[in-house]
Amino acid sequence: MSATRGAALLIDFGSTYTKLRAIDLDDGHLLGHGQGPSTVTTDVTIGVDLALADLGRRLGELPAFRYRLAASSAAGGLRMVTVGLVKELTAEAARRAALGAGAKLVGTFAYRLTRADVGAICGLAPDILLLAGGTDGGNAEVITANGRALAASPLGCPVVVAGNRAAADAVQAAFAAAGKPVMVCGNVMPEFGVLDIEPARAAIRQVFIDRIVHAKGIDKAQGRFDRVLMPTPTAVLEGARLLAEGRGGLAGLGPLLVVDIGGATTDVHSICDGRPSAPEVVVHGLPEPYAKRTVEGDLGMRHNIQGIVEVAGLERLARESGLEPERIRALAERFARDVERVPETAAEVAFDRALARAAIEVAVRRHAGEVKTVFSATGPVLVQTGKDLSDLPCVIGTGGALVHSPNPAGILAAALASADEPGSLRPRAPRLYLDREYLLYAVGLLAEVEPEAALNMALRHITLL
Amino acid sequence: MKTLVTGVIGSDTHIVGNRILSMALEKAGYKVVGLGALTPAEDFVKAAIETDADAVMVSSLYGQGELDVRGFRDLFIEAGLGDIMIYIGGNLVVGKQQWGDVERRFLAMGFDRAFPPGTRTEIVIDTLARDFAARAAGKRIADSP
Repeated sequence: MSATRGAALLIDFGSTYTKLRAIDLDDGHLLGHGQGPSTVTTDVTIGVDLALADLGRRLGELPAFRYRLAASSAAGGLRMVTVGLVKELTAEAARRAALGAGAKLVGTFAYRLTRADVGAICGLAPDILLLAGGTDGGNAEVITANGRALAASPLGCPVVVAGNRAAADAVQAAFAAAGKPVMVCGNVMPEFGVLDIEPARAAIRQVFIDRIVHAKGIDKAQGRFDRVLMPTPTAVLEGARLLAEGRGGLAGLGPLLVVDIGGATTDVHSICDGRPSAPEVVVHGLPEPYAKRTVEGDLGMRHNIQGIVEVAGLERLARESGLEPERIRALAERFARDVERVPETAAEVAFDRALARAAIEVAVRRHAGEVKTVFSATGPVLVQTGKDLSDLPCVIGTGGALVHSPNPAGILAAALASADEPGSLRPRAPRLYLDREYLLYAVGLLAEVEPEAALNMALRHITLL
Repeated sequence: MKTLVTGVIGSDTHIVGNRILSMALEKAGYKVVGLGALTPAEDFVKAAIETDADAVMVSSLYGQGELDVRGFRDLFIEAGLGDIMIYIGGNLVVGKQQWGDVERRFLAMGFDRAFPPGTRTEIVIDTLARDFAARAAGKRIADSP
């Protein structure tokens, strides 16, 4: 190695694989990648050692790494339950904060928790619970009652309290008296209509680093890395943020959308303010996070293939793939049984393509905002809810269905706005990019210590289609 | 500090009067949660729950208010805030109608006060202060001055 600044190793402890990316810190080029199985249920060290051996084979020998940073979505991911007051207000704000913190949401609750709700939450056995409710100075009664009910329950996981500050002391005291780990941070909705999810995101990440990494057994492999920094989805979001914004003298790509189509879920991240692109549009609803993540748990290319078939309909999949509906049904069953399957025959390739297009279209439609015409006494008015992505200059795709396709642009184009749905504020004419090497998580990890090298890596390897 | 939720209900875009009122209320020492124009009835309820509001002030300027606010009090009863103080004001009906009749209809719908077009902000602020004092004394609203 002639590099003067050395190399970095970026690890993703995933649910199926342990993935490694090695990068040259001088110019950000990818030295190589390695992969091993996920062995978190036995000893996480085994998987990472196999992945390191794989990387070593590809590189000839392993360099001395200046940084060895890890993200994790292993052992079920960061399973979270959120609790708020009004469903569309603090409960929704808590949900967005948890998603932005890289959580896998397993339950969302609103209003006063019933005994059945508390029982259901205990049954879900989350890794972290996020408790919100009330604006600062607003309703304190419900979050206090909910906090006390949860403190008195068998629930043992750490609790992050991000609600009405007037109730914070009482809620914290209830958990502390029950001997349960609790962390208080700023309210997710300090004032009505103001969304402030960064303090909750930071608190969740701290709890993840301090407690969850150990609880999941990731720290058994601590000789193989320096630090586990964040859940993998957070790393992807942070990578997207750096790539959008640029750093120092190096320009980023500008506002962007990332579509990550996986076997179990389809994740969409947007980095943009989402304000109306047309003048005189009235914006309604909770303000949107600048860095927003949504997860579609019903849209997965293998584990949740039935979800895609249901949403898209057999007819549409048949039309797009040129296959008979009966054939579609049979293929869907086969792929759901054999989740590792990579499409081989022409029919399978066509089917996979139609599936991926449908999943991307639906996931981006759900992520994007909408505009509707309201007829007022003074004439029609346009009312927008959610983020306007119409003028976004870039859409980045990643995930097996895109990476292995002979025509990824044709699949990713399903994210774009359609003349049939003028109210759906999806991107109209963006440039399309492909993250072929699944690097965004590595970019997000490296951004913590060497943002310029991380940005170089992203700009070099995430390429225009 | 008392919290007030303000907004223009229904498909009504006339925000100016509501904003002037909201500014005057803030100046008078209230915490104002302004929902703005084009606000559905349910959003007043949701905001009142989350902010633990003491009163809700509904504006309607385009003549359709009577339709927009049908069942408005019931929504609050349903949400467990049945006793919250609710005011309404503006051009509440179309055509030439006696204000006395209009006021009676809105009071019968469960509004604590209804205000005719052109009401000065000082009148609203003064009435609010007297009504909050009456509430503290265990009455629903203050007697007419």
